[in-house]
Amino acid sequence: MSLDVAAPSPLTRASTFLYLRPRLVLTLLLLPPLLWLGIVYLGSLFALLAQSFFYIDDFSGLTVYQPTLRTYGELFTPANLTIILRTVMMAATVTVVCGTIAFPLAYYMARYAGTKAKAIFYLAVMLPLWSNYLVRVYAWKLILAKEGAISWIFQQLHLSWLLDGVLSIPVVGGPSLSSSYLGTGIVFVYIWLPYMILPVEAALERVPRSLLEASADLGARPKETLRKVIFPLAIPGIAAGSIFTFSLTLGDYIIPNLVGSSRPFIGQVVYGLQGTAGNLPLAAAFAMVPVLVMAGYLTLAKRFGAFDAL
Amino acid sequence: MTKASASAVSFRQVSRHYGEVRAADNISFDIEDGEFFSMLGPSGSGKTTCLRLIAGFEQPTSGEILIHGKSVAGVPPYERDVNTVFQDYALFPHMNVADNVAYGPMIRGEPKAQRLREAEEMLRMVALAGLGARKPSQLSGGQRQRVALARALINKPSLLLLDEPLGALDLKLREQMQVELKAIQRRVGITFIYVTHDQGEALGMSDRVAVFNKGHIEQIGSPADVYEHPASAFVAGFVGVSNILTGPAAQSIAGAPAAFSIRPEKITLIMGGEEMPPAGACLARGKIESLLYLGSSTRFNVTLEGGGELTVIEQNRAGGARGGAEMQGRPVLLWWRKDHMQSMAEAAPA
Amino acid sequence: MPSKAAGNVSLRMGERPSLSLKAAATFGLLFLNLPLAFILLYAFSTDDRSFTFPPPGLTLKWFAVAWERSDIWQALWLSVRVALTGTAIALVLGTLAAAAMFRFRFFGREAITLLILLPIALPGIVTGISLRSAFGFADMPFSYWTIVLGHATFCIVVVYNNVIARLRRSSPALIEASMDLGANSFQTFRHVVLPNIATALLAGGMLAFALSFDEVIVTTFTAGQQETIPIWILGQLLRPRERPVTNVVAVFVIAVTMLPILGAYWLTRDTHEASGSGK
Repeated sequence: MSLDVAAPSPLTRASTFLYLRPRLVLTLLLLPPLLWLGIVYLGSLFALLAQSFFYIDDFSGLTVYQPTLRTYGELFTPANLTIILRTVMMAATVTVVCGTIAFPLAYYMARYAGTKAKAIFYLAVMLPLWSNYLVRVYAWKLILAKEGAISWIFQQLHLSWLLDGVLSIPVVGGPSLSSSYLGTGIVFVYIWLPYMILPVEAALERVPRSLLEASADLGARPKETLRKVIFPLAIPGIAAGSIFTFSLTLGDYIIPNLVGSSRPFIGQVVYGLQGTAGNLPLAAAFAMVPVLVMAGYLTLAKRFGAFDAL
Repeated sequence: MTKASASAVSFRQVSRHYGEVRAADNISFDIEDGEFFSMLGPSGSGKTTCLRLIAGFEQPTSGEILIHGKSVAGVPPYERDVNTVFQDYALFPHMNVADNVAYGPMIRGEPKAQRLREAEEMLRMVALAGLGARKPSQLSGGQRQRVALARALINKPSLLLLDEPLGALDLKLREQMQVELKAIQRRVGITFIYVTHDQGEALGMSDRVAVFNKGHIEQIGSPADVYEHPASAFVAGFVGVSNILTGPAAQSIAGAPAAFSIRPEKITLIMGGEEMPPAGACLARGKIESLLYLGSSTRFNVTLEGGGELTVIEQNRAGGARGGAEMQGRPVLLWWRKDHMQSMAEAAPA
Repeated sequence: MPSKAAGNVSLRMGERPSLSLKAAATFGLLFLNLPLAFILLYAFSTDDRSFTFPPPGLTLKWFAVAWERSDIWQALWLSVRVALTGTAIALVLGTLAAAAMFRFRFFGREAITLLILLPIALPGIVTGISLRSAFGFADMPFSYWTIVLGHATFCIVVVYNNVIARLRRSSPALIEASMDLGANSFQTFRHVVLPNIATALLAGGMLAFALSFDEVIVTTFTAGQQETIPIWILGQLLRPRERPVTNVVAVFVIAVTMLPILGAYWLTRDTHEASGSGK
C-alpha cells in the first residue's frame, strides 16, 4: 500500500522545502536572537567603548565627540586609583571569604547529604539566589544597624566591647557596622555566597566515587582524602565560583551605597557620573575597568579549569 | 528492466560523503519484494547509513535510490512508504503505549475511536494486549521493542526497516524475538530490511545477507552462500569463525589452493590414530596449542607442522570434554573435504 | 540538580561527617536564609523610624497603609508589565537560539554561546551603562521600552539554558521517528517537540519573570524617572519615609518571587542541569 496522498498540503510542502535545506533553517532560527543580541547588547557595549574615548568639555559640560585618551588618563589620578584599588581589594576579600564559607557547605552537600537532604539544601541555596537582591541587602541593613539585631545579640552576651573593638580597627571598621567596610564586606559575602556554592558543589559531586573508595582502600583517612584528592578536584569549581563573586563585587554600586562608608567604589562612581549633570565618558572609562580586570581574571581562571566547571 | 521495477529498493551507485569520510561509497544493489534482507557489518561499515538513506533521514551525495521503481531523491521520510524500528525504540515518552502506536493514523487524520481500535489490534499481534494505558517508562526493554514494532506496522508500510532492534536485549529474549520477528514477517508479507552487527542474527533470520565493510558491500547472498562460500577474507573472518591459510602454510598441504579459508567445524581432529581419514581428503599434521570447553562444543587451536594455525570446533557428542590442560602439545591429525575449502585472492585479510 | 543516585558513597562507606563540618554547614545554611526572616519580623514593627531590635511592638497596620499608597501600586503595575513583556520576548528568542544550537553544528558555535551568556557574565553595571550610552547616542528617551530592552536581553539566557538542557536530555531519534510515521516538521513540532520542552519553557519563563521582577542594577540606568518595584524600594532605602511599609513591600516581593522559583524547581527536577545554575 503506497501512500500516494492526493496533493500535499501547503504546510507539508513548506516542511519538505525546509527539510531539504538545513542551512536555511539554521539561519531562520538563529537570526532573530542574534539580531537582538547583536544590536541591543553588542551595540550598547560598543557604544560604551566609544563613549570612553570621548571627553567632557570642562566649561560647557557637554560631551565632545572627538576621540582621545584623556578620559582614560583621568583614571590615573591618585583619588581615582584609590577607588579602583579599594574595589579590587574588596572583591578579592569577598571572594576568599565566600570560598571559605562555601566549601564546607558544598562539601557536606556533595558528600554526606542523602537524596532528600540534598534537595532541601539545594532549595535552601537556590531561594536566596533567586530572591530579590535588593530585599536581601535591605535585610542586612536592618540587622547591621546600630540599634539592630547584631548589636542586641552582642549586648545580651555582654560582648559589646568586642564589637566596639572590631569597629575601631582602622580601615575595616567604622562608626557602626552598617557604615564600615566590614559591614559592606559581610553583605557582599551574603549576597554572592550562592554563586560560589553551586559550582563548588557541582565540582565536588563530579568526583567519581571510585576515587574516594580507592583512596580509602589505599589507607588514607577522610581528612587526607579531602586534602589530597577532593580539594584539588574541586579547584575548577572554586575558580568558576570566584569568577562570579569577583566580577559581581567589582561592578556593584548599590551595596556600598546602602551599607558602607562614604568612600566610593567603582560602581558608585559610574552610577554617580551617568546622570544628566554627569560625565558619561568618564563613567564609561570607569566601567571599562571591571571589564578589563575580568578579562584578565577570566584568562587566569581558565587555566585553573573554571570554564569546564561552569 | 522488469526486474528493476519489481524490486522493493534499488541502490544505483549511491554515495554518502561527510567531507572526507565516505560513509557509503558507490553502492549498488537491489532488494526484492517480500524478502527478509539483512545488512551485516562492523560499526562504521555503512550499513546504518544505507538504512537511513532508504528511510529518508539522509540524502545521498551522489547516485540514485529507487523505492518500488520510483526515485526518492528529495522525498522526506514522511512521504515515503517506509517505516522504521529504531535502535533505542524512540517511543514518545509523553504519550502512553496506545497513543504511541496510534501516532501514524492520528497524523493521517483517522478518527480517535478507529485508530485506538487498530492500535489495540496491533498490540495483540505483538503479544502486548491490554498494555495500552501504560507509559513507555513503565515497560521492559522487550516490551518497548514490541511497541516500536507495532507502531511501525500499523501504517501497513511496504518496507519495514529495523536498526539493530535487538541489541539491548539479553540473550534469551533476543533469541525469542528473532523467531517472532521472522514469523511476523512471513505473516505480514512485507519486505524487512534488517541492520545488525551480529552475524548469528543475520544468518538465522534472513533470506539474503549483504556484508558491509568500510562503506561498500563485500558480498550479497543467501546465508549459506555467505557462510560456506565467502567471497573475501573479510567476509570469511567476519561471518563466523574462520581459518585462513596463505603462503607456505597453505602450500605445505597437498591439494590445497595457494590461499584458502576453511570453517572450523568442517575439520575433523584425530588423536592417536583411532580412525583413518577418508581417501581424497586434505590432511595436515600438528600439535594442540590450546583447547576451550564451550559446553556444547570444544574449540581446539592447532599449530601445524607446515606452519600456520587452525581452529577446530568439535561438537561434544561423546559427552564431556575431550581432555584438559594435559592435552597441550599432543600431536593430532586434521582432515577435511576438498570442496569445503574456499580459495581466496592472495590479498591480506581486511 | 542533585543526582538521583541512591544514597551517597560516603554514607555507604559508613563515614560520619565531623561535628565541625556539620556546624559549618549549618552555619552556612542559616547565614543564607535567616536574614530574610528579619524582614518579615520588621514588617510588623510599630517603630517606624529606626531598626531597633527587638521591635518595641507588633502591629498589622502597615499592611493597610501599604495598600493605600498609590505609588506602590504604580510601581507594581510597571514591574509586572515589564516582566511579562520581557519574558515573552526572551521565551521566543531563547527557544529559537536553543533549537539552533542543539540541532546544528556550525562554525562559530562557541562564539554564539559566549554572546548569549555575556549579558549575565559581565557585571550589571557594565550592561546598564552600556545601554545608557547607547540610548544617549541614539537620542532615545527613557520609556517603557528602554526598560524592556534591557530585561529581555538578560532573560534570554535563562530560557536558553532551560530549553537546551531539556533538549539535550531527549533522544534525537524522537523527531526522526515522528517523521518516519508520517508527520511533517510542523506536526512533529506540535505533537512531539513541544510537549517535551513544555515544562522547560514554563520553568524558563517563570525564572525569567522572577529575574525581571527583581532586577534593579541595570534598571536604574534604563528607567529614567519611572519606578519599578525594586527602584521604588531603592528610593525608600535611600530616603526612607515609613520604614515598615518598605518592609511590607519587601515581604510581598519575597512571596511573589518565591512562587515562580519553587514552581520552576519542581518542573525541572528531572533535568540534571539545574535551572538556576545558569544564572
